[in-house]
Amino acid sequence: MTQAIRISLNAQRDQFTLEADLTLPARGITVIFGPSGCGKTTLLRCVAGLQPATGELDVNGDCWQSDHQVLAVHERPLAYVFQEASLFPHLSVQKNLLYGFVRIAPEHRQIQPDQAIQWLGLEHLLNRKPDQLSGGERQRVAIARALLTSPRLLLMDEPLSALDQASKRDILPYLQRLHDELAIPVIYVTHSLDELARLADYLVLMDAGRVLAQGPLQEVMPRLDLPLSRDEDASVIVTAVIREHDTRWHLSRSEFDSGSLWVRTPPATPPGSTIRLRILARDVSIALAHHPDQSIQNLLPATISELSGNDHSGMAMVRLQLNETPLLARLTNRAVDLLGLEVGQSVWVQIKAVAIVE
Amino acid sequence: MNEHWQAIWLTLKLAGTTTALLLLLATPLAWWLARSRHWLSQPVAAIVSMPLVLPPTVLGFYLLLLLGPDGPVGALTQTLGLGTLPFTFGGLVVASVIYSLPFAVQPLQNAFAAVPSRMLEVAATLRASPRDRFLSIALPLARPGFLTAAVLSFAHTVGEFGVVLMIGGNIPGETKVLSVAIYDHVETLEYANAHWLSAGLVGFSFAVLLSLYLINGRVNGSAVRP
Repeated sequence: MTQAIRISLNAQRDQFTLEADLTLPARGITVIFGPSGCGKTTLLRCVAGLQPATGELDVNGDCWQSDHQVLAVHERPLAYVFQEASLFPHLSVQKNLLYGFVRIAPEHRQIQPDQAIQWLGLEHLLNRKPDQLSGGERQRVAIARALLTSPRLLLMDEPLSALDQASKRDILPYLQRLHDELAIPVIYVTHSLDELARLADYLVLMDAGRVLAQGPLQEVMPRLDLPLSRDEDASVIVTAVIREHDTRWHLSRSEFDSGSLWVRTPPATPPGSTIRLRILARDVSIALAHHPDQSIQNLLPATISELSGNDHSGMAMVRLQLNETPLLARLTNRAVDLLGLEVGQSVWVQIKAVAIVE
Repeated sequence: MNEHWQAIWLTLKLAGTTTALLLLLATPLAWWLARSRHWLSQPVAAIVSMPLVLPPTVLGFYLLLLLGPDGPVGALTQTLGLGTLPFTFGGLVVASVIYSLPFAVQPLQNAFAAVPSRMLEVAATLRASPRDRFLSIALPLARPGFLTAAVLSFAHTVGEFGVVLMIGGNIPGETKVLSVAIYDHVETLEYANAHWLSAGLVGFSFAVLLSLYLINGRVNGSAVRP
């Protein structure tokens, strides 16, 4: 059997019927994205078995649910990080961490307490009680506690949404490290485009209990037929490799499959390291000719592959193709008309800002 | 004086036995009442609470009929060679358990209902079976409820009178508990003796309830109140 997470689950809720038919990659982070109340948390709870559903569920060759058998929650080798950390208030941090660890067979313990404690920076918190921790610390303990069950699948339900900005910034690097260092597949529910951009490898878009689209992040984000591209913060993700640093201007040249982009030198990234760049559609503009005499440094040739105007907002979304990499540009309808833009046309894209998200 | 100590000892023995049995009985019942959405849970909750509103004499009367030689339970105990329960210490224990049941069930039910479902869900995702979740999460989180249930059951049993009189009578060393002894003293105009025991009970009740409030107040600011 091929390695994949196959989810085919239906559940009846008051407001909607959940119908999910998904095949997710066996590793990496799958983000389930959608507006509040679209059924993404329900889907996660059904996968965990916390809520009844009909259908089938198969995780990398292990059947968790079928017509013949349904594993109870505690029989599924998964871990779940809830929106609120939900630490056991009567146990110390250390005992919270070990709660799941001591309940799995020793031969299945692939992650050791020392490792998890070090990964999430919890050394100084072990003897405290949960009510003596900050929100961010609590969530870090909850993540470590979940990892210590050496899960075959990690489910995360908006783990950052209950935290303030500072705590979010504090935890995101830990999540990105888990992404890089662990082979555990993660299903991550969020309605934050920022978290989506930083973490996702694979993307599932949901609305009203149904799956609108699913696929690798780089394919789904630039699709003009999906609500994601109509968002104020519509963007694409580009994976690039740092090639050289320009110490005089604190800039670095990063190379991706369709050319080079100059970015502000990120800390601790020697040449050769891979970075993830987010390019917002509103930071991309289009010129018909090459104009190097201007402030924007990132100029690249591209072809218009799709155009979609919105009469209501007066804004148009242009999808561009740079060799292999798609880009989105958000322009006014007037600009599209003045420049006479049409599909198939060769243009120059000017990228005003590039955010390094990892 | 010897008779007093006998009554005190008997009362403490009755209250202790009743409390121990009640905690064993009320824990699963309270858990079921707090967690189940079964249609029977409301009627059962009402039955458990009936001793709160019924006069103890009504309870004692029916228990007497039920446990007596002609009652169904009495017939059973006789067949088993146990004799009949009324006017024995055993009969008092049975009556006290029923009479004090709401005082054990209600604090426990409130405490269990206050255990967040989320905690039990988290424990389930951390591989704890239902029994494990009950023992490792629900019981410790409901601890203030256990203290309240134990103290209230004990104190309420010490203070019971009507049921004891109906089902236990007034046999020294067997069923003559404090409340009955005080009643006896008053009937026979031995006010000094009545004072001795009554004042003792007043002091005892105050001390018990005060310590309960103090401990629950310290364990948890919003602890279950008796």
